[in-house]
Amino acid sequence: MSNTSLNGGRRLGRTALFAAAITGLLAGAAQAQETFRIGIVTFLSGQAAESFGVPARHGADFVIDQLNRGAAPAPYNRVGFGGLRIEPIIIDENGGATKQVQELRNLYQRENVDAVVGYIGSGDCLAVAPVAEELKKFLILFDCGTPRIFEDASYKYVFRTAAHATQDNVALARYMRSRNISAASYSLINQDYAWGQDSRGDFMATMAQLYPQAKAEADLLPAFGSGQYGTEISALGRAGSNVVYSSLWGGDLQAFILQGGPRGIFQRSQLVLSAADHVLQALGDKMPNGAIIGARGAYGLMAPDTALNRWFFAGYSQARNGTYPVQASYRMTQALLGLKAAVEKAMASNGGKKPTSEELAAAMENLEWDTPGGLIQMRLGNGHQAIQAMAIGRTRYDAARRMVTIEDIQRFPAECVNPPANMRSLDWIKAGFPGAKCD
Amino acid sequence: MQLALTILMDGLIYASWLFVVALGLTLVFGVLKILNIAHGSLYAVGAYASASAVGLVASLGWAPGLSLLAMLVAAIGVALLVGPLLERGLLRLFYGRDEVVLLLVTYALFLILEDAVKLIWGVNPYYVSEPYQLFGNVAFGPLFYVGYDFALIGLAIICGLAVWFGLNRTVSGKIVLAVIHSREMSGSMGVNVDRVQWIAFTVGVFLAALGGAFTAPMISVQPGISVSVIIVSFAVVIIGGLGSIEGAAIGAIVVGLARAAAVHLMPEAELFSIYLVMAAVLIFRPEGLFQRAAARKI
Repeated sequence: MSNTSLNGGRRLGRTALFAAAITGLLAGAAQAQETFRIGIVTFLSGQAAESFGVPARHGADFVIDQLNRGAAPAPYNRVGFGGLRIEPIIIDENGGATKQVQELRNLYQRENVDAVVGYIGSGDCLAVAPVAEELKKFLILFDCGTPRIFEDASYKYVFRTAAHATQDNVALARYMRSRNISAASYSLINQDYAWGQDSRGDFMATMAQLYPQAKAEADLLPAFGSGQYGTEISALGRAGSNVVYSSLWGGDLQAFILQGGPRGIFQRSQLVLSAADHVLQALGDKMPNGAIIGARGAYGLMAPDTALNRWFFAGYSQARNGTYPVQASYRMTQALLGLKAAVEKAMASNGGKKPTSEELAAAMENLEWDTPGGLIQMRLGNGHQAIQAMAIGRTRYDAARRMVTIEDIQRFPAECVNPPANMRSLDWIKAGFPGAKCD
Repeated sequence: MQLALTILMDGLIYASWLFVVALGLTLVFGVLKILNIAHGSLYAVGAYASASAVGLVASLGWAPGLSLLAMLVAAIGVALLVGPLLERGLLRLFYGRDEVVLLLVTYALFLILEDAVKLIWGVNPYYVSEPYQLFGNVAFGPLFYVGYDFALIGLAIICGLAVWFGLNRTVSGKIVLAVIHSREMSGSMGVNVDRVQWIAFTVGVFLAALGGAFTAPMISVQPGISVSVIIVSFAVVIIGGLGSIEGAAIGAIVVGLARAAAVHLMPEAELFSIYLVMAAVLIFRPEGLFQRAAARKI
């Protein structure tokens, strides 16, 4: 009996051990499944890599690591996304819109990602948004600038967590007006594609409102990636306008400044750049003093002094050997923090399960959340397009610190430089900014 | 008048840069009958090598003027390293095949070199703007020009004259011309055609790398710089006539002036102006302005 009992006990013991092992394995498997997979798409090669793509990736690396360790400050101190460990899959955006559509399908259908956060190129954003919608999969556009995404279409599963390009140009002209910058005449140089043309249109329309007497002189549209701006610089020099405006970025902007500086056009005209914070560290003392620049938000050296920004700016800089975060790093961060807020909001109402795309979309609509660059509000495009505060400042090279600093910074509330809901950006500017709240 | 002179000046400066690059392209086509799409990548390799060399000069604390020499040495180094390797190791395996096959091979080479550049130098940009200020500024009416731009015109003239003189006034050049006209006949006369081909290709690589090397101080050297240059260079050699040095010179000047005129007078037509000129030339001269007469074979 006792033997039997012993045997039975052994059997029971073995069974219990076996069951425990199976349970452990199953638990492990369940735990392994309990991740939140994100496809992250950003330029890792090509012309936009150095300026935007790689800083965005570095931003993602830093924030995901912090979130997975539960090391981010409140309200983002819960591990991962609501306890789900974040698992990124990073894809290169280089290669054109057709390739990006294929990659997006791969991410959703083969990699089974729960959401995609990506896209810097406006053309890529315009191409992938309808595909995510067709597949009924959650997509966050984190950087691209064209207002057309939600002004020409409406989506359920697609969101953009950063303001579009209109605010950059409205804020620039408002800054010039508030500083009484003389602009009896102005010249423009913009890349000949969607971003350059949209920016040019917005800036000219805003100037027509704020400087109605201003005369547009040289209006140059060099090809993307020209590299050689000697002729354009001659044309700008000949025009001799009070202001030279540009939405050039990355290598094009760097080449323009390197070539324009020795030719004296920045002494002759006030340089006004809609997106330039990302070239300051690289250009150093080659960047002209006194240039009026935007960063496409209140980012980098123009970011607000908050606990969130101190955490991000210092942590990122430390992780990147002293290189501080710029526009794309901030925009990636605000997309990931917004996704975290949406996931946790959806989990709070579905009993703590990983949310579906429908639940995520419902949670993200009209959402507001804090970021290192300030408050993000999903106010436009039926709650799918963000507005945010904006900052503009002037450059000065600090020889002692061997870096370009930004001074005389002015901040603009989101509702001062973004159109109201249900109004197209250009119509809003041409109507004289109805409803703008600037105080 | 001032506007016309400005257009002329801007056009010539742009043309000189373009000519150095297009000269190598047309030389390689003339001798090897290869339309080398990878020429733009070789330009980029030259720019990167030059950036590294100038950076080295600065880090060693040498006189800034030596950076010009460093740029030249970088271009020569690229040519000697890459030229024979590509010609002997890859291109010669495809001689005799359809021209389209060679076009595809050079396209593949372009893609490989793009990745190789990223592998070696990474994706971060390189700035070496110090040499750009070596020659000071030159006042021209109400405008300032950078002396370096005029140095580029000088460089283009030297390169053009050297290649022309080398081909037309030296024994080696006569041999190259003989190979251009007929490889078979040259070979049967005892000419080492293989050697002529790899030397010609190496000179082509040198000219591409030289263009990149002397452009590096004006730009931020980063991935993607190879694409725009190869497109405009193709336009130049097509206008001038494939394989013609005089054609490349005239083609570069025509493109430079057309582009400068468009930027000053009708900026929205800048890119269009280049292709308008190309289309206009091809309508009347389908083989370009200076197509070299080919020896008729019986």
